[in-house]
Amino acid sequence: MNVPEIFESMEYGPAPESAAEALAWLVDRGASFGHFIDGAWTEPRADFASQNPASGEVLADLTQATQADVDAAVAAARKAQPKWARLSGHRRARYLYALARLVQKHSRLLAVLETLDNGKPIRESRDIDIPLVSRHFYYHAGMAQLMETELPDRQPLGVCGQVFPWNFPLLMLAWKIAPALAMGNTVVLKPAEWTSLTALKFAELCQDAGLPKGVVNIVTGDGAVGELIVNADVDKVAFTGSTQVGRAIRRATAGSGKALTLELGGKSPYIVFDDADLDSAIEGLVDAIWFNQGQVCCAGSRLLVQEGVAQRFYAKLKKRMENLRIGDPLDKCIDIGAMVDPVQRARIAEMVAGSAGEVHQPVQAPEGCYYPPTLITGLAPADKLMQEEIFGPVLVGCTFRTPAEAVQLANNTRYGLAASVWSENINLALDVAPKLAAGVVWVNGTNMFDAAAGFGGVRESGFGREGGWEGLRAYTKPKGRGKKIAAIQAHTGSGATEGIDRTAKLYIGGKQARPDGGYSRMVYSPRGKALGEVGLANRKDIRNAVEAAGKATGWSKATAHNRAQVIYYIAENLSARAGEFAGRIRDLTGASAAKAKAEVEAAIERLFSFAAWADKYDSAAKPVPLRGMALAINEPVGTIGIFCRDDAPLLGLIEAIAPAIAMGNRVVAVACEPFPLAATDFYQVLETSDLPGGVVNILTGAHAELAPHLAGHMDVDAVWSFSGADLSKVIETEAATNLKRSWVNHGQQRDHTDRDWLAAATEVKTVWVPYGE
Amino acid sequence: METQTLAPAQTTQLPQVQEPRSPGCALDLDWVMSAQANTSAIERRAKTLPGRRSVKKDHQAAWLLKAITMIDLTTLSGDDTWERVRRLCAKGRAPVRAEILEALGMDQISVGAICVYHDMVETAVEALAGSGIPVAAVSTGFPAGLSPLELRLKEIEASVKAGAQEIDIVISRRHVLTGNWQALYDETQAMRAACGEAHMKAILATGELGSLRNVARASLVAMMGGADFIKTSTGKESVNATLPVSLVMIRALRDFHDRTGYRIGYKPAGGISKAKDALTYLALIKEELGTRWLSPDLFRFGASSLLGDIERQLEHHVTGRYSAGYRHGLG
Repeated sequence: MNVPEIFESMEYGPAPESAAEALAWLVDRGASFGHFIDGAWTEPRADFASQNPASGEVLADLTQATQADVDAAVAAARKAQPKWARLSGHRRARYLYALARLVQKHSRLLAVLETLDNGKPIRESRDIDIPLVSRHFYYHAGMAQLMETELPDRQPLGVCGQVFPWNFPLLMLAWKIAPALAMGNTVVLKPAEWTSLTALKFAELCQDAGLPKGVVNIVTGDGAVGELIVNADVDKVAFTGSTQVGRAIRRATAGSGKALTLELGGKSPYIVFDDADLDSAIEGLVDAIWFNQGQVCCAGSRLLVQEGVAQRFYAKLKKRMENLRIGDPLDKCIDIGAMVDPVQRARIAEMVAGSAGEVHQPVQAPEGCYYPPTLITGLAPADKLMQEEIFGPVLVGCTFRTPAEAVQLANNTRYGLAASVWSENINLALDVAPKLAAGVVWVNGTNMFDAAAGFGGVRESGFGREGGWEGLRAYTKPKGRGKKIAAIQAHTGSGATEGIDRTAKLYIGGKQARPDGGYSRMVYSPRGKALGEVGLANRKDIRNAVEAAGKATGWSKATAHNRAQVIYYIAENLSARAGEFAGRIRDLTGASAAKAKAEVEAAIERLFSFAAWADKYDSAAKPVPLRGMALAINEPVGTIGIFCRDDAPLLGLIEAIAPAIAMGNRVVAVACEPFPLAATDFYQVLETSDLPGGVVNILTGAHAELAPHLAGHMDVDAVWSFSGADLSKVIETEAATNLKRSWVNHGQQRDHTDRDWLAAATEVKTVWVPYGE
Repeated sequence: METQTLAPAQTTQLPQVQEPRSPGCALDLDWVMSAQANTSAIERRAKTLPGRRSVKKDHQAAWLLKAITMIDLTTLSGDDTWERVRRLCAKGRAPVRAEILEALGMDQISVGAICVYHDMVETAVEALAGSGIPVAAVSTGFPAGLSPLELRLKEIEASVKAGAQEIDIVISRRHVLTGNWQALYDETQAMRAACGEAHMKAILATGELGSLRNVARASLVAMMGGADFIKTSTGKESVNATLPVSLVMIRALRDFHDRTGYRIGYKPAGGISKAKDALTYLALIKEELGTRWLSPDLFRFGASSLLGDIERQLEHHVTGRYSAGYRHGLG
């Protein structure tokens, strides 16, 4: 077309970004790569190819890591770690600062390389991915600097194995490496096999930054290599990817003592109320579901729009979709680039083909690895596409009538990564945000990220946060070592109890309940005297207790002051019966009078501590680069299953339930196995302390028998175990079912700080509230 | 009060205009009050747009030429003289050096209009005779709009009589700031009636309206009152045309088109002085309204120094060398 013709048509022309520099870099490197281990490159082998999905051309040959490669990488990281951790925070900060600067200095090369390898539009890699990468290193340079003074009780985990996905290759690398290195860990990481190139370029930057060898090790290959890393001698596994693989990793690492964080899939709701700025909400959708071809774990893929404006909204949306430009990702005038791989494209096409809804695809995709922007309306919440993650540029939508129904529909999912709420009414928006089961909520916005703000999910979207102070917990552990727990056997004896027969029951839903199975066992003193019978709970009692806990939602909504009052009241009532409890502890364990008394006093002190914390574990407002607030809100986890310590019949129960209920959780506690009668006495204290029924449920019975049922229950959100029985493996294996959080002792006893308890009892939800008039 | 819509007899055409003129519509307060504008979301859209749309090489040259045809070449200064206005009109007739146009394969183009104060209308009309370039007059007590209503209406009539084919009116900001939409509507309607066959561009003075929501609501009321164009600014406010304000106004006129079927024009004015900014505006219009709006009957830049930068860019396109201001004729 010549100028006069364009003058008439006013079309966009091609606006290509040059790939020359990036391709030249590949040529310089011989277009083939080995692994980056211990500061050096291994001999490359052409095991598999990295392709440009937009053109199908091969960009480079890559090497599939073997067991020996992974072992060498882990060994290098292991060797480098103590020295790296011993560097001052300031020295580590300098390295991270250098990496941030190097990313900036090579930003265009990295952006082009990312687009070539992944297919995402150059606008996104240039304006979003790479700037966030360097921001992440800057931010964590600061964290390294501050670690000694601000995190004096924490130490590095050791060697971290990190496996990350193909949708934001370099950004996910940054999210994993920066906090790990800042906290004194060393890493072995594996990029996705479709998109390894920016990670390999990053390895060069590590060399340029003079990073000590072995601190960062990068191996390439497919999921099999990921498995090798998970099973290697690492102290922590961090994974971002599909829920299916995340679940497998949870099972594979169960009981191993390896720390684990998982950032998995999502089906994030995008809620539009009738008073929203509809045009802005539609523009937000473009950024939600047509960002990175919809290959975004937190994509706002489930549109929920209020019925009164739905038709108008859909009409505007369809019109907007017509303007989306799909094509060459290196074109600066393109909204939607290539899907990462033909496999992914085919998978999405198949899912959409199977849909019963009305499919709108107003823009045609070019030939090749492209998939058009798609809207599917007329679906019901029960439809497969409303439930399952599509991971492509496909938006599904349905309507709602009221704010309550919006919340109900939004939470009608196994996932819980992110959510968007659009309304001009601050009351409505700020009321709905906390009710959404999601780790991140954007008010009048979408897909906002920053290193200072935690990112991560609840439910089957995984656990752990990336970014912010909360993200550092995933790369540190408490200082000090645990003590090995010796199993404590229940005492044996014979005979009957003295006086009128008294039966300890289970405590479920605020009522004393006989065990479903109808079995009891006698509890004896160390001298064999019969102290009383205790019920043996079974899986049905767990079911009942979890159901009761699930109904006690009022507790989670109660004010912190109110929760504190109740916990103080429990302490008060326990104190009134301190002598009796001390006597019970003596009878059960044979402890000295002083020791028994001390346990009761310690229990009362714990109640006071967490009554104090109830209204002092502050949420935070993060200084994100935005006019607005990013609130990091400490929310209760939900229903927590707890296996109590065996060595402290009363304290073991109270030290765990106090933080849990202080933060608004509901609890199903399985009492100390050998000495359960202190816990059953304790429910009488609860009954007189204004604690609503169902907030604390107490079961007695065999830990090992109950553990798989409690940990496997789909309506339990977390399981803690301090038991003397070896439950860690079974709990973490069963927890994989719905990816509930687990906090287990791996046979070690530790003194946890209050903040450890509080962190375990809360989820940090990040609520972004941009504002401005 | 239900107000009569204007009679179809008044929907005659300017030379550039290709479709029926909007007669306005009854004041619909439900519609006005339901208008929302989320500032931070609008700013994000405005901020990312230049990164999403890029126009290069021949396309850029063609787009810049198109931009010239949509410039209301303006002089609104206390020291304007008749000779000054004649010079401006001459520039409006031949805004780009002939050899540059030749190199681009284009015939001579002209600007969208010449925009002057009432006193200069006759001079401008005379100077533009035969060119087809309309003269736009800023009437109605420009820029504050605080002279008596009868005088403002008389000023419109006088400007029309003097040959102005477009009248840039200023709205009474106080009606917006006090939420008196009826008064704003009545005033706009009266001015539209005074304009007769001349096209009315309603200047909202968005920099003085306090919020984007007010901008959205004032835009709708001005269109209901019969504006042919809505325009951001007089150029005299401390904040003039911005991308966020533009987004709000063009979304309002998109809604107006969806509901009434009439296309209203848009004129950002003040502060647009770079070719690059002009391209961003054109992309914004193309994205939000469609290519149909990229035409002088529906889009104008209110600008005085923009043309000079575009001329330099065009010469750079043709020669491959950066240009200098003195190589292009003054307006």
